[in-house]
Amino acid sequence: MDDLSVTLQFSGGAELLFDNKKLHVVQLKSKEWTIADLLIWIKENLLKERPELFLQDKSVRPGILVLVNDVDWELLNTVNYKIQPNDRIVFISTLHGG
Amino acid sequence: MSECSRKCGSTAVLKRPKTGDKLCKECFFEAFENEIHFTITRAKLFRPGSTVAVAASGGKDSTVLAYVLKELNRKYKYNLKFILLSIDEGITGYRDDSLETVKQNRDDYEMPLKIMSYKDLYGWTMDEIVTEIGRKNNCTFCGVFRRQALDRGAHLLKVDYLATGHNADDIAETVLMNILRGDLARLSRCTSIITDSADGIPRVKPLKYAYEKEIVMYAYFKKLVYFSTECIFSPNAYRGHARVLLKDLEKINPSIIMNIIHSGESIKVNETSKMPTLQNCTRCGYVSSQDICKACILLEGLNTGEPKLGIGKSSKVKKSLENRAKTCCGGTSQCNSLSST
Repeated sequence: MDDLSVTLQFSGGAELLFDNKKLHVVQLKSKEWTIADLLIWIKENLLKERPELFLQDKSVRPGILVLVNDVDWELLNTVNYKIQPNDRIVFISTLHGG
Repeated sequence: MSECSRKCGSTAVLKRPKTGDKLCKECFFEAFENEIHFTITRAKLFRPGSTVAVAASGGKDSTVLAYVLKELNRKYKYNLKFILLSIDEGITGYRDDSLETVKQNRDDYEMPLKIMSYKDLYGWTMDEIVTEIGRKNNCTFCGVFRRQALDRGAHLLKVDYLATGHNADDIAETVLMNILRGDLARLSRCTSIITDSADGIPRVKPLKYAYEKEIVMYAYFKKLVYFSTECIFSPNAYRGHARVLLKDLEKINPSIIMNIIHSGESIKVNETSKMPTLQNCTRCGYVSSQDICKACILLEGLNTGEPKLGIGKSSKVKKSLENRAKTCCGGTSQCNSLSST
């Protein structure tokens, strides 16, 4: 089975926790991945600082919006969504002011 | 994949926090814009033919506000003119970048832009103030000065209204904070959709009932460009405990935000509570609950090498002002101290 390729995007200020890099194309080793699994992977592999500003109670911190292929993850069972090959998952922080 | 709750046949892209509706992109745009239109018309926010200054920081709220106002003005023929009004606090690496976004807004939305700087208005940039006072309390200066700078800008531009991008989450947060602080005067007026400023130019909040989530989703789906970097002087301090509490509550039940606003609107403040009366600052004429407004006291402190002068409770500040009066010339010469005015 091939690796699972997904595109991750961080914006709205969330990118500040990822070396200011907004776009990450990552390869996940083949198995069934939920977003909950992905969040742990992100914490271990991508998150550069202050994980508490991104994660809370096995989910993202309240105030961070998540979209999968431009669909609100609240319509997709949030952390339980099963990631598909080439999904584009966007994390947007709403917590940053102007 | 869920279908749009409006039965338009399209696929839903988001769940509305306010109603739980699942909407497609087009139905969401329409619902979001129509609610703001409803807010504007129900409160009779703008007189036709008026000029409106839009307080623009380059952030998500003011960017969406400028965009939606332009759309609604066109669609519903409000007959309004808009000017973007930005404040340059003088924070290198933060505001200089966000002002570039505002300039983009100016070009995209074809609205003239006026930038007012702390340096011009007060003689101090925030960079200089932070050098003087350090990183504690600097937000006090910035907040007090910005509020007044916007009013001064609105006055200078001779506009009829000043519109700010405060959203439902902001208002609910302010209600909570005023309850936590026991600040009844602010509690009773913080939910008003229209408030009067010093020069009688009303401040209005067209996004008062718009959820932050929807504002960000709207900007995302419309591909609006906005700026979202933390202020370099207050990393992580941007919201504080009230915001965290509110976001945690919203996760349990999103209508809590609207309920808090509703509570704030309905609270009747006990008449026997001590309420400050608003008057005009004897120095600059700005609306103040004290003889001398907070901005003038803060400036006085900066200019006389005592930058902490205006920090803290107003009763303490009053005391230190009285002490200054005793030690200085007492108003007989040009010592430039508050007591001489």
